Amino acid sequence: MEPILKGRNLVKRYGRVTALDHCDFDLMPGEILAVIGDNGAGKSSLIKAVSGAVIPDDGEVWLEGRKVNFTSPIDARNEGIETVYQTLAMSPALSIADNMFMGREIRKPGFRGKWMRQLDRAEMERLAREKLTELGLMTIQNINQAVETLSGGQRQGVAVARAAAFGSKVIILDEPTAALGVKESRRVLELIMDVKSRGIPIILISHNMPHVFEVADRIHVHRLGKRLCVIDPKDYTMSDAVAFMTGAKEPPSEDAAA
Amino acid sequence: MSDTSGKTDDFEVKATRQPEAVAEFEDTHRGLIGTVQHLLHVNPSLVPLIVLVASIVIFGLLLGTKFFSPFALTLILQQVQIVGIVAAAQSLVILTAGIDLSVGAIMVMSSVVMGQFTFRYGIPVEISVACGLLCGALIGFVNGWLVARVKLPPFIVTLGMWQIVLATNFLYSANETIRSQDIEAQAPLLQFFGNTIQLGGARLTFGVVFMLVLVFVLAYALKHTAWGRHVYAVGDDPEAAELSGVNVKRTLISVYALAGLICAFAGWALIGRIGSVSPTSGQLANIESITAVVIGGISLFGGRGSIMGTLFGALIVGVFTLGLRLWGADAQWTYLLIGVLIIAAVGVDQWIRKVSV
Repeated sequence: MEPILKGRNLVKRYGRVTALDHCDFDLMPGEILAVIGDNGAGKSSLIKAVSGAVIPDDGEVWLEGRKVNFTSPIDARNEGIETVYQTLAMSPALSIADNMFMGREIRKPGFRGKWMRQLDRAEMERLAREKLTELGLMTIQNINQAVETLSGGQRQGVAVARAAAFGSKVIILDEPTAALGVKESRRVLELIMDVKSRGIPIILISHNMPHVFEVADRIHVHRLGKRLCVIDPKDYTMSDAVAFMTGAKEPPSEDAAA
Repeated sequence: MSDTSGKTDDFEVKATRQPEAVAEFEDTHRGLIGTVQHLLHVNPSLVPLIVLVASIVIFGLLLGTKFFSPFALTLILQQVQIVGIVAAAQSLVILTAGIDLSVGAIMVMSSVVMGQFTFRYGIPVEISVACGLLCGALIGFVNGWLVARVKLPPFIVTLGMWQIVLATNFLYSANETIRSQDIEAQAPLLQFFGNTIQLGGARLTFGVVFMLVLVFVLAYALKHTAWGRHVYAVGDDPEAAELSGVNVKRTLISVYALAGLICAFAGWALIGRIGSVSPTSGQLANIESITAVVIGGISLFGGRGSIMGTLFGALIVGVFTLGLRLWGADAQWTYLLIGVLIIAAVGVDQWIRKVSV
């Protein structure tokens, strides 16, 4: 089967630091691929390289068998790749609805939208509320409240809802449950399964091994800027995975799982 | 034993069965000061509006009908029109967390281009005006390009551009003023914004009307168009805006270019205001525009504030200037009070920022 999103020989250097060292990456259609690795292993750089947030120094990215050159996150978004970044990428002073529709605002129909470029606030608010309710973020009282007034978990929920609402080919989640409470984490995991059942593949970066082992179909273990191995969570335990990513245990040979 | 392990495993399932009603909290802890703080947080232009109304009332009580007449009040509008237009441009730039020190120079340069093209080369006045407007937009575009593409700090870019444009202005115009009578006789279009509308005792110039229309149009654009939301997002956090799909560079360039164009309009209005085309006029426009923006409650850190505040800020300066002059006070008192207002405005900005409710 051809991977939907594929990275080959990716290299990214920041000065003397090599974040990606000839790294390969494969995401199969319809799967949940977890990416795990120690801090500084280059997980985020890898994700940014395939989502357009950084331009790799070398290497190729392929989407659905076609070579793509993302020069900005907007390019990746236009191709249907949505990312929830660790920093969440929200404008604190703007409202939840404004943030969810940032860069793809809905304009009013007819003259007011076409010529006066007027935004359709009511429609955007309705859709935003719908998406948040789907996620079970009912504790948000007012869709027009500024994002800076939300708790960390609520912000993360809004960011995940935004990605789930607009991602059509690939959804990338960078530590989506890190700041969430038990209940919200559960919702996000349910949402991940829900998105998967719609046939959209997901890349999940997480340090939370129980979550990873619960939802992932395959686990990409990242170490020292490279793909160390890809394992099937059914064949290994959590402590095996941790041992691989910290270098305490030799990885299985590549072809065993991939 | 087996019982307890079964219970601990499904704690997450339990969590999902909680009632899903919207949480409501009673709001008793806020108090009067808290309520005011919250209100100001939601409507940042309320502070300058209150100060404006208060200062009009105070000067009205002190000076009676001398100040509180349609003539005097519309005179204030005429006196602030140039600063008001330039400050509208400045607001856009400051909302993106930048600053434009070259606004005054762009304004004068554009007016000189309009005048010299007409009188030196004999180009039809309509085309000269268009060239002047283009000139302003072009300088703004270069500012924006340097800030967005070359990633130089806005302060440095516009500090340099201020000197470059001002020097070009003097070199090109050879420091010559085009006299008011000549303009009136040969190219009255240059003085278009000086035309007046008389309503009873009130006198409105086209320049004043233009300033008010401009502020309303920009307020609409900032609030109700995607472009306006992007301006705020870029000022708030450019990285976040970029990652969430805003074309940050294009937004920045458009803001600086539009600011340049507005300054060119201010240059046109300046001809209407002073009658002549003078390369030495409008030297303080950059500082005065920043003053209006700051008093108007727009945050110098970007992303917060409204353009209506800027209009109020410009009017506050106008009210103080005229009020104190009519009262017979030394002009230095005006500067002193404006200085106090600037510091107070930034203090209030910091205070209302603390409210995250």
